[in-house]
Amino acid sequence: MSQVTTTEREDGVLDRISDFLLAYPKLLTLLLLLPPLLWIGVVYIGSLFALLLQSFYSLDDYSGLIVHEFTLATYAQLLETSNLQIIFRTVAMSALVTLACAVIGFPIAYYAARYARGWTKALFYLAVMMPLWSSYLVKVYAWKLILAKEGIITWMAKGLHLNWLLDGILALPTIGGPSLSFSYIGTFLVFVYIWIPYMILPVQAALERVPSNYIEAAADLGAEPRQTFWTVIFPLALPGIIAGSIFTFSLTLGDYIVPTIVGNSRLMIGQAVYTLQGTAGNVPLAAAFTVVPMAIMAVYLWVAKRMGAFDVL
Amino acid sequence: MSSAVSFRNVSRRFGSVRAVDGVTLDIKEGEFFAMLGPSGSGKTTCLRLIAGFEQPNEGHIEIFGETAEGVPPYKRNVNTVFQDYALFPHMTVGENVAYGLRIKGVAKAEREAKARDALAMVKLAKYEDRRPSQLSGGQRQRVALARALVNGPKVLLLDEPLGALDLKLREQMQEELKALQKKLGITFVFVTHDQGEALSMADRVAIFNDGKIIQVGVPTDVYERPQSRFVADFVGSSNVLSPAFASDHGGAAMWTSLRPEKVGVFAPGTAAPAQSAHAEGEIKMISYQGSVTRFSVETENARIAAEVPAVGASFEVGNKVRLIWPRAAMITMEDA
Repeated sequence: MSQVTTTEREDGVLDRISDFLLAYPKLLTLLLLLPPLLWIGVVYIGSLFALLLQSFYSLDDYSGLIVHEFTLATYAQLLETSNLQIIFRTVAMSALVTLACAVIGFPIAYYAARYARGWTKALFYLAVMMPLWSSYLVKVYAWKLILAKEGIITWMAKGLHLNWLLDGILALPTIGGPSLSFSYIGTFLVFVYIWIPYMILPVQAALERVPSNYIEAAADLGAEPRQTFWTVIFPLALPGIIAGSIFTFSLTLGDYIVPTIVGNSRLMIGQAVYTLQGTAGNVPLAAAFTVVPMAIMAVYLWVAKRMGAFDVL
Repeated sequence: MSSAVSFRNVSRRFGSVRAVDGVTLDIKEGEFFAMLGPSGSGKTTCLRLIAGFEQPNEGHIEIFGETAEGVPPYKRNVNTVFQDYALFPHMTVGENVAYGLRIKGVAKAEREAKARDALAMVKLAKYEDRRPSQLSGGQRQRVALARALVNGPKVLLLDEPLGALDLKLREQMQEELKALQKKLGITFVFVTHDQGEALSMADRVAIFNDGKIIQVGVPTDVYERPQSRFVADFVGSSNVLSPAFASDHGGAAMWTSLRPEKVGVFAPGTAAPAQSAHAEGEIKMISYQGSVTRFSVETENARIAAEVPAVGASFEVGNKVRLIWPRAAMITMEDA
């Protein structure tokens, strides 16, 4: 009986394939890598390349047709004042949102990494992650209601007799508006809310990796807690802050839903891309706009690397 | 000589665990002091109490006559070489060594010069631009030493600094540390669980167990005259003789320590010289250890270990032998 079983196994198709692959390990590696390589090479890089290609075409203003000839004219259009304003507005918003996320997120991450233990740590993860579990659109619409003129913030300001403060803030030039939900302040608040988990988690991970004996060593060498923070803890947490800022900055750069729902009618890059490729049918300019955040992120990463942000990684 | 560090009835508890339990201790100025004990015996906590990373629950600590409890580490003129060195990975070796001076506000040129001198002292000149990750374990250890010494501490604390090094390097560093301490005249407090290291390097050794100091003394004292079974067992190895056995063999009726290397192994009937004791027995085990051979001999009512130089030891397991040792080698101990 056992002899029969053995013969059957040796003759099995799967067995022969496995023997064959064992003899040619490189073929096996290739087979395993082929699907991801196809995905990243064709679907991902390929479409990115197609996008890049589009940005070198131009739109014929009269016929509304795309001229499939290599030109830099579309990029030149980016430099028109109205388009430059869109870029500047988006970059400024992204920078401010990133800064706010870092300033608000760092203490939270610091507490979670150095002090929270047991159930407080569980609570921390829950509090940071839970907003990520609910729908992005629901959250943004919820914020629209919170920030609206008839919303809870206006109601609370009235109750506390602080309407003068709210009105004063809304009366500020540029960033103010008819209500929080129709102002840059509102857009900014929602962005900070939506992206802050992406700042807290990498910063917390970086701080977790700072062993407590570095802090003891600094104290031992005469550093007061404040000096220890700036000379040891902060530099070692910097890669985490950079990682977090890559998220918050690039997510804000490309987002078009938040400024559409909460904010004034002035466009950000994402909205410009959405409008241009849709109703306007100007795919080349939309493509050129998409290249802008990529170029900005490339410069950003290069500067961060030059500053030594990744040295400790 | 005055005390560099003094502990008076110091206790440190973690929850219900008494890590340090009523320790009283005086470390003299300029001395190389070793704290020896098994892990969890409280020696490292004592070191951390001196450094200021821990504060005592009870008792009083003085460092050079100044009250230490309540003083944070950064206000103490004490520096530490950490067990795993704790070099800052985002700084070069030079920046690591100059860190303490930078914190004190020493000008850049001066602190760089001092860091270079300190690195030269530990034989790492020209390494200041490397990163700690580019160094070997032994080199990191030297950087940690330079980083501590450049601040001119009154007391240098070393927390098992040689633990991570291989044997050859460890022996070399032992010599260098000893020479450095002699040259600088700074008080060194050295924590180790390696009794050989403690005996070879220290001027005095404190032996810890269960948060208490069991015995303090110069290495020869601790080794030759252990006061308790714990010390006799932990520092080197020892035959612990029962009061009955000891009194039958010319000792006092007390627990007695007898070092294996004091015991000679001879053919039965060999005449014992004056002032010596002897016992008959059978060899149960022989283990060859290079420079010495170790015998385990079963006598009437005790098993005794004997260590003899490897030359001329021509016995086999099962041989009847006579063990002979000088009576002076029998050290009475407190029962413990």
